[in-house]
Amino acid sequence: MRQQVLVLYLPTSALDSAVVGWARYDGTGRTSPTTGDSDEPPYPTGLAALLDGWRLFQAAQLVPPYPGHEYDTSYLKHEFFFERLIQPS
Amino acid sequence: MARFVTHGHLRMDAAVPDELNRHAVDVLSAGIPAVPYGTPLPEAFPAGSFARRLVEVPAVAGALRSLVGPEPTVDHHAVHVREPREGNAQPLHGDAIIDVRPDAFDVQLMYYPQEVTADMGGTLAVPGSHLRRTNESDTGRYQNLLGQIRLTCPAGTVMLLHHGLWHGGRRNDSGIRRYMFKIRFNPTVPQVRLWDTADLADPRVTAEMSTNFPWYEHATARLEIYNRVRLWRALTGDDGFDIEHWVTRVSNRPTMRSGA
Repeated sequence: MRQQVLVLYLPTSALDSAVVGWARYDGTGRTSPTTGDSDEPPYPTGLAALLDGWRLFQAAQLVPPYPGHEYDTSYLKHEFFFERLIQPS
Repeated sequence: MARFVTHGHLRMDAAVPDELNRHAVDVLSAGIPAVPYGTPLPEAFPAGSFARRLVEVPAVAGALRSLVGPEPTVDHHAVHVREPREGNAQPLHGDAIIDVRPDAFDVQLMYYPQEVTADMGGTLAVPGSHLRRTNESDTGRYQNLLGQIRLTCPAGTVMLLHHGLWHGGRRNDSGIRRYMFKIRFNPTVPQVRLWDTADLADPRVTAEMSTNFPWYEHATARLEIYNRVRLWRALTGDDGFDIEHWVTRVSNRPTMRSGA
């Protein structure tokens, strides 16, 4: 079996909120996704990925801001990792 | 300036005349002599040189004057080439190292001497990412963000970037070498009211800085406006400027007064 990984970035911690960022990695080697290769998200929401058969295996924790850094912005906060297992052909 | 503070970049399509663009690929292929970090602009680029003529194009010179002021120094410069069908893209990154100066910024000039079509791997840029406190390519996992710019442009286009803007060279799927010439400028004066400030009270300033980019998280989008207000206060010297009370509200610390 080979793993395909889908990373979705959502605007809130809710899995059914709309996708604002995405990344793909293909362990089958059939495709070569890379930076800046599309303007349209693969799914409208995280839930839509579940409905299409992707399995969620990691979700970003909600971490309180460090004292004194409450107004800093940094990395995207709501990151969800999905996988799909593919039989090599 | 409000647009630069909000978007983190300024785009000037076909700003450089064809007379310069025609020679650019040959000049850039031959290489522009390196200069020590922090060299004053006139020393870095002698009068009449290609780079000097580029930064003296009136639209470019005016924008640089407004952003970094008179007599900036050249941090460094580099010719970037995306080879034909090279097969990979740069990871999304901010240049140099994490840089959180609240009241100063460097500007990176990116000059595109050729027309850049969709398959030539034009620069990827993420509007509104410049105030995020991230370090270089730690953002490399973000392949695509809603509202990103995949640059296509006519020959002679110049982009001026805030030092923090997330960007990267995209994969060149064409058969053409793509050139980009980058110069990083450091200011040598405080960046306060360096531009034409006659329209500071124009309501379009507030409207521009209220922009919500499609890739922002809902809650963080509010912090982005908070941080833009802080930067605008630094650039204008106006400590009372605010948008929808975002900064004023959380700065309000009434003190006890003597009743005597």
